[in-house]
Amino acid sequence: MNPKTVTQLFGLVLILVVLSSATYQVHETNQVIITQFGQPIGDAKTEPGLHFKVPFIQKTNYFEKRFLEWDGSPNQVPTKDKRFIWVDTYARWRIVDPLRFFERLRDERGAQSRLDDILDGETRNSVARYDLIELVRSNNRNPDDVLVESEEEAAILEGIEMGRGQIAAEILATSAQRTADFGIELLDLRLKRINYVEEVQQDVFARMIAERQRIAEEFRSEGEGEAARIAGERDLELLRIQSEAYRAAEELRGVADGAATAVYGDAYNSDPDFYAFTKSMETYEETMDSTTMFILGTDNELLKYLEQPR
Amino acid sequence: MDDRTFDISQIKVPAIPSKSFGTGVIALLIVGGLLSTFYQIQPEEVGIVLRFGRYVRTTEPGLRAKLPLLETVIKVPVQRQLKHEFGFRTVEAGTRSRFSERQFADEAVMLTGDLNVAVVEWIVQYRVSEPENYLFKVRNLDDTFRAMNEAIMREVVGDRTVTEVLTVGRQDIETRVQQQLQVLAGQYEMGITVEQVVLQDVNPPDPVKPSWDEVNQAQQQRDRLINEARAEYNAIIPRARGEAEQAILQAEGYALDRVNRAEGDAARFSSVYEAYRQAPDVTRRRLYLETMQRVLPKVGGKLFLAEDANGVVPLFSLDTLRQTVGSSAPIPGGDR
Repeated sequence: MNPKTVTQLFGLVLILVVLSSATYQVHETNQVIITQFGQPIGDAKTEPGLHFKVPFIQKTNYFEKRFLEWDGSPNQVPTKDKRFIWVDTYARWRIVDPLRFFERLRDERGAQSRLDDILDGETRNSVARYDLIELVRSNNRNPDDVLVESEEEAAILEGIEMGRGQIAAEILATSAQRTADFGIELLDLRLKRINYVEEVQQDVFARMIAERQRIAEEFRSEGEGEAARIAGERDLELLRIQSEAYRAAEELRGVADGAATAVYGDAYNSDPDFYAFTKSMETYEETMDSTTMFILGTDNELLKYLEQPR
Repeated sequence: MDDRTFDISQIKVPAIPSKSFGTGVIALLIVGGLLSTFYQIQPEEVGIVLRFGRYVRTTEPGLRAKLPLLETVIKVPVQRQLKHEFGFRTVEAGTRSRFSERQFADEAVMLTGDLNVAVVEWIVQYRVSEPENYLFKVRNLDDTFRAMNEAIMREVVGDRTVTEVLTVGRQDIETRVQQQLQVLAGQYEMGITVEQVVLQDVNPPDPVKPSWDEVNQAQQQRDRLINEARAEYNAIIPRARGEAEQAILQAEGYALDRVNRAEGDAARFSSVYEAYRQAPDVTRRRLYLETMQRVLPKVGGKLFLAEDANGVVPLFSLDTLRQTVGSSAPIPGGDR
């Protein structure tokens, strides 16, 4: 390896090092602040692409340009109606003024801890000012659309004034005032989870169980009642059918008896005496048998010849 | 992303100055250059090309070229349907999925609008529709998206009763969450399209579950009682109807019988009477005597008394007379 080549190579490496120190890339997701001996120089570079700076003495400080997450830790807070709940919120934010952000908070870690302080605090303040129902619900329900099966569900019809969304918006608005100074824009804050604390939860479960048992009882009693009603209906129907049939049958029989009586009357009326005679004859024939005891006088029509043949 | 080889081969250049090795280095340079120039985009992907970190173009599936060193490419699966699960995770996908629920219960437990508690598990399916936004607008997109899901699901469930959530409201909840998620994803410029929200298991909390089952049981019990009562009704009433009809028909039969017989009797009487009128006296006697002729032989005891023998009658004991009649001994002069 001759010295000339070595010098050339050394020069090449030097140029590369200087170049790489004089240029920097701004990614689509980044913004950059140039500092010189720790002092920020100029505005933030937000335009993505290749940029130049004074090599070695100027340093690049990268900041996120994207929406960033803030995930609160669950807070145990009492609501205005003294119910203890866990409230878990999340928020979106971004660095809108990197220079100010850099001056005030230095980096994201600092930002997160300030956001923790501010957002958790504001969340507690707001939650404590409202009833639980205001935190859970967003809209008032129209009583016509909602089927309320039991008393425990009647809470659905309670009116609310603010609702979850507006309370979150209120927390966001007050917090945003306090974070504006940090070069941060708070974009959105939402109540992620709201849950009862353990002891309250047990009470709620007990209430739910009691309510369900009441409903079950109601179903059973409804079944028994309905069955009894059907049995009653059955008895009524049975008696109605039977009595109507009886009435119809007796009416038919009566009409027929009447008609028969009229027919007999018509015929026999032509000579009642002869009818009495013939009917008597028939009856004698039918009623006399071997047990009958007969005592006849000889003055009888049949026997009158027994003593006096002439 | 795949242009590393080029750097390494370049650094190695001054190490061993040999003619044949130099040729090898040049060959390596060419191969490395080609590798960092061409890249392949799979059918379900698009490529996002960045030059010095700045977005320049989007490339479609196929074999594509870029400037080596200066440009990098990020592949985004825009056609693939992506999925998040809440309240459970599919441990083993495939024909039989196994789910684990225990440690994700926090995601699923939520308050309903009547301040009861429900455990709602769901999945969300989405697709990347604007790859640039997807890559460049939101950091930790997955975490953000999950937080959005949880917040919106609770918001929607928070407006409904526990019964609605567990039974009739499912469809409504799914569509509302899907719509609201899409709106919010738009606000956050996430570059995704929410295709579907599907509720999975929706249950009352474990300690409350047995009492919900009890309600179901009671409901079935009610239905059973009612059905049994109806069955009994149906067993009795149609038979009674038939029997009623039978009674009426029998009465009709009776009526028919009665009238016909009356008319028959009347006709017979009329006919006999017609004949009788021709010779009333002799016919009357004839009828009487003929009847006696038929009747008397059947009669057990006969006692004929002369007109003036009435005084004898009290001497007879009726019992003795009966006995005499009972014995088979014929009485002289009597017809037996």
